[in-house]
Amino acid sequence: MMAQPVIKIKGLYKDYQTTAGSFPVLKNINLAIDEGEYVAIMGPSGSGKSTFMNILGCLDRPTTGSYFLDSHDVNQLDNNELATLRNKTIGFVFQGFNLLARSSLVDNVALPLVYARDQKDLRIKVAKKILERMGLGQYFKSRPNQISGGEQQRVAIARALVNQPKIILADEPTGNLDSKTSDEIMKIFDELNQIGNTIILVTHENDIADHASRQIRFLDGKILEDHKTKKSKVTK
Amino acid sequence: MLFSMLSEAWHSMGANRLRTFLTMLGMVIGVGAVVLMMAIGEGAQQSIKRSIDSMGTNLIVILSGFSSTQGSRSSSGNSSALSIGDANAIKDLEDIEMIAPISTGNAQVIFGGNNWNTSIIGTTPSYFLIRKWYTEKGEIFSDDDIRSASRVALIGKTVAENLFAEVDPVGQTIRVQKNPFTVVGLLENKGQSFDGRDQDDVIIVPISTAQRKLLGNQIPGSVRMIMAQTKSEKYMGLVEDTITDLLRQRHNIREDLDNDFSVRNLTAMAKTASETTKTMSILLGAIASISLLVGGIGIMNIMLVSVTERTREIGIRMAIGAREQDILLQFLLEACVISIVGCVIGVVLGLGGALIVKKIVGAEIIISIQSIVLAFSVAASVGVFFGYYPASKAAKLNPIDALRYQ
Ligand SMILES: Nc1ncnc2c1ncn2[C@@H]1O[C@H](COP(=O)(O)OP(=O)(O)O)[C@@H](O)[C@H]1O
Ligand SMILES: [Mg+2]
Repeated sequence: MMAQPVIKIKGLYKDYQTTAGSFPVLKNINLAIDEGEYVAIMGPSGSGKSTFMNILGCLDRPTTGSYFLDSHDVNQLDNNELATLRNKTIGFVFQGFNLLARSSLVDNVALPLVYARDQKDLRIKVAKKILERMGLGQYFKSRPNQISGGEQQRVAIARALVNQPKIILADEPTGNLDSKTSDEIMKIFDELNQIGNTIILVTHENDIADHASRQIRFLDGKILEDHKTKKSKVTK
Repeated sequence: MLFSMLSEAWHSMGANRLRTFLTMLGMVIGVGAVVLMMAIGEGAQQSIKRSIDSMGTNLIVILSGFSSTQGSRSSSGNSSALSIGDANAIKDLEDIEMIAPISTGNAQVIFGGNNWNTSIIGTTPSYFLIRKWYTEKGEIFSDDDIRSASRVALIGKTVAENLFAEVDPVGQTIRVQKNPFTVVGLLENKGQSFDGRDQDDVIIVPISTAQRKLLGNQIPGSVRMIMAQTKSEKYMGLVEDTITDLLRQRHNIREDLDNDFSVRNLTAMAKTASETTKTMSILLGAIASISLLVGGIGIMNIMLVSVTERTREIGIRMAIGAREQDILLQFLLEACVISIVGCVIGVVLGLGGALIVKKIVGAEIIISIQSIVLAFSVAASVGVFFGYYPASKAAKLNPIDALRYQ
C-alpha cells in the first residue's frame, strides 16, 4: 500500500504577466512526492525551478492546475490559511539565507513561533535548543552579519525546523557557500531526512543532488526527467 | 504576543534614531502646542468666569456722562447728570430687584504709620447684596448709617494687608483724608474684575458720608453711577430701554439730543467677554491641532518610506508564516509607538511651557486632566489613522513579490 503523497500536483501551469504579455514559466507539471522523500530538483537557469519551489512553498499560487499539500487543496485556501501552512507545514530555506538583519539569532529562529502564537518562554527555549543542535550554541545573541555564510544558512535551517514542519524546501541552499561548508549543510539535510523529514531542494551541482534519493530535472518549465537514484533512507 | 510586537516596534524605531526622532518631533510639537494652548485658553476662561461670578448677576449699570460710543463729547468725571432721585425712580420700575447708587473717588488712607492710596466707593447696603459681597469679619453698615452719615468703613483685603498687616482691622480707626473712620468690617476676597482691576483695593463707606466728607467737590445728591439688578435675565434688554426712556424723561432731554448718561448691561457684556474668550481658546486649540495633523502626516510619510525599505523583511516574515494582520499590527504599532512616545514628550513640554507662561506673563493657566487625556487619545488616533494606510499597504504585499524586492 502506498501512503497518501504529501505533495500532489496535477496539470499545473504558471504564467507570468509582463509588459510584453503573459508568458508561461511552468507548463503542465504533474508530480507526487511521498512523505519522507529526499528530492533534488535540477535544471538550467531560468527553467522554472524557483517558480516551482515558490508554489510548493505556498508563497505563490499556480495559474491553473491543482496542488494538494498535506491533503489541503491549496487553491481553496485564503491568504491566512496559506500563511498558517507556511508557518506549520513548510520550512523554507533560501539561497540568500533571508535572516532579519536587526534581530539576534535566537529571535530569528523563534520568529515562526511568534506567528504560531507560542508563549515567549517556550519560543526562546525551543529556538535555543535548535540552535544548539545546529552547533551555534555560542551565538544566541549575535546578529546575522556577525557570523559566516555557512553559519547563517544553519540559522536559516534552524528557523525552518523550529515549528517541526513536515516538508523542508530549500532553493539552492548551498548556492552561496563554498564546497566544504556546502558539505556541512548537506549533512544536516541528510540527518533531517533520516529522521523522517520530507526534503525538496534545488541545486545545480550533481554531487549535491546525489544526496537525494530522487532527482527531478526541469527544462523550459517542464519536467524532463524524474527518477529515483536509490532507495529512500526512510520508508513509511 | 502584543508585548513582543511592542518591543519589536521599539527596536525598529531605534534602528534609525534620527529619523524616528524627527518624525516624533512633529507629534511632540503638535501635542505640546495643544496642551499649552488648552491650558492658556482654559485659564483665561476660568479667570473670566471668576470675575463674572464675582460681579453679581443680572446687572445693569447706569453711568453719568455721555456714552463714549455716541460721539466725541465725553463725560466729565463729576457730571451731575445722575442723582439719588434717579436711583429711586429706577428702583420703582417693575422689573428691578434692587438698586445701589454709587459715588467714587480716590483717597489716601492712614492707619498708624502706614498709608495707602486706594479707591473709595460710597454706596448703600444693597450694593453688597447685588454684588454678593460678604464680610469676612465684622458687619456691613446699615441704612441708619446712611441716614446719619456715620463715619464707618468696610475695607477690602488689599487695603487691610497694606494698612494693618497682622493687626485685626475691625474696630480700628483709620483716617481717610483727615477724617477718622471706624472700620466695621473686613470684606472677603473678590479678586480681579473682568477688566483687570483689583477689586479688593477699595474702602466702602455710606454714600451720604462719602459725599459730605470725602468727595466734597461733587454736587450734593449726585451720584457717579447706579447699579441695578433686574429680577430676571430674560428682559434685561427691555429694562435697559425702559431705564433709558425714564432717565431721558427725568433729565428733560430733547428728542434730538444725546443721552447725558449711559446704560450698560454688564451681564450681557460679561457674556460677550466670556464668549470671546471661549472662541479665542477654541481657535488657539484649533491652530494647535493643525500642527498635530502635520505631525500625523509626517508619521504617515515615514511609515510609507519604512514599508518600502522593509519590503524584503515583510516578505521574509510572510514566508515563515506572518499573516496579513500580523504585518498590519506590526506597522500600526510602530506608528502608534512613535505618536504616543511623541505625545508623552509633548505633554511634558506643553506643561513645562504652561508653567513658564504662568511665571513670565502671569497669565492664569489651567492644566486639566481632560486636555491631557484628549491629547493622548488624539495622538493615538493620529497614529492609527496615519499609520493604517502604510501598514495595510505592507500587509497586502504578495509574499513572493516582497521577497524578490531589491
Ligand atoms: N516575477 C516574475 N515576473 C516575470 N517573470 C519571472 C518572474 N519570476 C521569474 N520569472 C521568469 O520565469 C523564468 C523562470 O525563473 P525561475 O523560476 O527563477 O528559474 P530558475 O530558478 O530555474 O533559474 C525565468 O525566465 C524568469 O525570468
Ligand atoms: Mg532559481
